[in-house]
Amino acid sequence: MLTIDGVTKHFGERRVLDDVGFTVGSGRLTGFVGGNGAGKTTTMRILLGVLQADAGTVSLDGTTVGPSDRRRFGYMPEERGLYPKMPVAEQVTYLARLHGVDKRTAARRTTELLERLDLTQHAGDAVEKLSLGNQQRVQVAAALAHDPEVLVLDEPFSGLDPMAVDTVLGVLRETAARGVPVLFSSHQLDVVERLCDDVVVIADGTIRAAGPQEELRKQAGPAAWELLVDGDVAWLRDEPGVTVREFDGGYAVFEADDAVAQQVLQRAVQHGTVGSFSPRVPRLSEVFREVVR
Amino acid sequence: MNSSFLSAVQLVTVREIQARIRSKAFVVSAAILLVMVVASIVVGGIVGKATADDATPVAVAEGVSLPSSKGLDVTPTSTTAEAERLVRDGEVDAAIVPSEDPLGYAVVGLDDAPTDVVQALSVSPRIELLDPDALPGGLVYLVAIAFGVVFFASAVTFGQSIAQSVVEEKSTRVVEILMSAIPARALLAGKVLGNSIMAFAQIIAVAIAAAIALAVTGQDNMFTLLGPSMLWFVAFFAVGFVLIAALFAASAVLVSRQEDVGSVTTPVMMLVMIPYILIIVAYDNPTILGIMSYVPFSAAIGMPMRIFLGSAEWWEPVLSLVVVAVSVVVVVLVGARIYENALLRTGSRVKLTEAIRG
Repeated sequence: MLTIDGVTKHFGERRVLDDVGFTVGSGRLTGFVGGNGAGKTTTMRILLGVLQADAGTVSLDGTTVGPSDRRRFGYMPEERGLYPKMPVAEQVTYLARLHGVDKRTAARRTTELLERLDLTQHAGDAVEKLSLGNQQRVQVAAALAHDPEVLVLDEPFSGLDPMAVDTVLGVLRETAARGVPVLFSSHQLDVVERLCDDVVVIADGTIRAAGPQEELRKQAGPAAWELLVDGDVAWLRDEPGVTVREFDGGYAVFEADDAVAQQVLQRAVQHGTVGSFSPRVPRLSEVFREVVR
Repeated sequence: MNSSFLSAVQLVTVREIQARIRSKAFVVSAAILLVMVVASIVVGGIVGKATADDATPVAVAEGVSLPSSKGLDVTPTSTTAEAERLVRDGEVDAAIVPSEDPLGYAVVGLDDAPTDVVQALSVSPRIELLDPDALPGGLVYLVAIAFGVVFFASAVTFGQSIAQSVVEEKSTRVVEILMSAIPARALLAGKVLGNSIMAFAQIIAVAIAAAIALAVTGQDNMFTLLGPSMLWFVAFFAVGFVLIAALFAASAVLVSRQEDVGSVTTPVMMLVMIPYILIIVAYDNPTILGIMSYVPFSAAIGMPMRIFLGSAEWWEPVLSLVVVAVSVVVVVLVGARIYENALLRTGSRVKLTEAIRG
């Protein structure tokens, strides 16, 4: 488990991070969301040791992380970058070796990764000769080349074509499945909602919410339910303990606690055929708007 | 300094060398420098031999008694007319024919006065040299220029290539990945080391090529003359280039685009150019040479030059080398600080004071 605790950072007079703290569970995909300039990239750079924090600690499984531990982290910066004239395979191997992997293992990892990312045929090409999508894949390979113990990706999906998104998604899931804490930032909230086990929300350099996605979304608003029946649901308005939020013929969204909701469902079944009945959890975008306000 | 730092430095060094060798521009410019040095030695040898051995062919008609035939390749002829025919045919440069003059002979040329012949026939006073071992001025000048050009060309080539590779990493943003893997200092050390090794290899190659060229063209005496100063030049360059490389790296890191490299490295370029110009204009000025031989940037030219001229005591190059080495340490430390602080600051140019303060 990766823990960030009490991290503060100033650029000149401006405080960009204020007492930032959250955890990234082992084997969990954690989404890091926030607007532009909220402090995502700065936090990630501090995590990787690329920037020094003014205060606060980063620890892995309870041990404070030092430079030699960070070599085993994998990082994909928001600003993508590779040596344009260096051949793909050589570049991935080089980066793996910079992370302290021995020559033979680095070569083997490179071959595997290029295979996994459909880049084998480009292994000998200079990066600048590749299409943009393929360059992005090489970037992913570069982050994973040394089989990292922690994976941090800054906006990994921005600028990716749909096929590359799927590839990257697959790789992230595989990596998390091996028990690696994976943190990635994104301002595509739908992607985060679809993908993440946990969510961390940052705004103006402070953490506004952090935890399992389901919990955050449930906490964000009163329990609401969606009901779709044949015929009319006008009777719903008269049920005790029910607040109707939306209403349209046979469709309604209402707020009620669990017990009342079950009563409503029974009533609905008595009235006629129930097309669907489901709890309505607030969208992540709603949570986000709520907590950053 | 732990083993992971050293292995990172080694990896970066090897990559720098590979990138340099792969670059066509580098290979071509290195080859040109090598060819230039060898060619100037070979041409110098041929010209030197030509002037020393070649006697001017002349036809000498019967009845002329020459005071000396030194420097003349005499073809005796029986008549004046025959001698003149040889001149017209271009077989000889001049004819020496009998005449009524006080000397008893005249020189006949084709279309301009045959000065070589006149000189050979002239009577000159005896020349006495008070310092017969002193080096000829022309040779001193040539050696001064050679040291200057080789130093300047190598320093600029490799200085620029280190500056470009620093900015390449910033402009392509690969630097952020590198910094997440290894310390900025390891990156800088590897870059300086890799480029210094290449520059040093080039200097050694030039020195070896020069030595071989001197030996092959039979100028062994030059080799004995130049040997010690060439060795010191290589030693000074090896240490001094690290200084120049660190300066180039520390200035280049202040900008993020290749277009800005030129403007930001101009001051360093000047530092390298000044000794080059000074050695050409003041190669025979002992005071300027003396100062140059102790200033870190120009010591690589100034001290070998003084050794060549024989004006340096045995301990002077050693002392000067220590001065250079100390300044290398200082510059590398300050340079590393600038490098670390400015490496991640992309966008507009970073102010030097900010980079030093951090």
